[in-house]
Amino acid sequence: MDVKYINPFLEGTIEVLKTMAFVDPKPGKPYLKKNNLAKGDVSGIIGLTGSMKGSLALSFSTPSILKIVSNMLGEPMTSLNGEIRDAVGEITNMVSGAARKKIEAMGFSLSASLPTVVAGKDHSIMHVLGGPSIVIPFEIEAGPFVVDISMGDAQ
Amino acid sequence: MEANKKIKILVVDDFATMRKVIRNLLKQSGYENVTEAEDGVAAMGVLRSTKVDFVISDWNMPNMTGIELLRAVRADSDLAAMPFLMVTAESLKDNVVEAVKAGVSNYIVKPFTAEVLGEKIDKIMENIK
Repeated sequence: MDVKYINPFLEGTIEVLKTMAFVDPKPGKPYLKKNNLAKGDVSGIIGLTGSMKGSLALSFSTPSILKIVSNMLGEPMTSLNGEIRDAVGEITNMVSGAARKKIEAMGFSLSASLPTVVAGKDHSIMHVLGGPSIVIPFEIEAGPFVVDISMGDAQ
Repeated sequence: MEANKKIKILVVDDFATMRKVIRNLLKQSGYENVTEAEDGVAAMGVLRSTKVDFVISDWNMPNMTGIELLRAVRADSDLAAMPFLMVTAESLKDNVVEAVKAGVSNYIVKPFTAEVLGEKIDKIMENIK
């Protein structure tokens, strides 16, 4: 996967969470992940097809997503309930939209599937292309989360 | 110029969480008279039974999508002039063209701030005065 495709996802994530959840995510150094294990407690995954093919996942630690959704809804969230899962799906959708807009500006076209949300300790993230994937770690004051991307040629 | 903050706004989205998010953003912009519907069919029910001044609708919804709701509103003689703001996760030109043809008042691309949402509402309300 060409690293130039990483930036749209990185920037899209920051843009969405800054705008909708008023947090300031600090990205860490991206790394290669060779297994299916999710890094967080709740993850949203969305398939992408078009000029390229693959999938995008956002995987949040419990404290990070509780803070993000509390800010989005304007009310305190204390557990990983249905509202949190809905919000993870919506955030994944919005990050995919923001990243695709940037990728389209690079001359490519991409469309997205509906997001699915998985929760629980040590759950798996099944990327469309299998592995490996590139993980961008992020940190907000409340805790960590990651963006996990696997993109390849459309064929 | 700022719109009347007392107007009744109908928020239409199949995700309850997103309806809450938009309600929260509206509150930050000073709009607290908000009602909700989970899809276009439910929205038409609300519009025909309650006095609503403004509709904010998601594009992608089951049963009746945002664009179908917009067409139904414009085709109803009692509701045809309703200010209608379409929310979409993508800025796809085809969607925008389709919405403009169907008579959308304006559109907003997610993610958006309370400030941008407030400005869109103000602008639409100003144009219909």
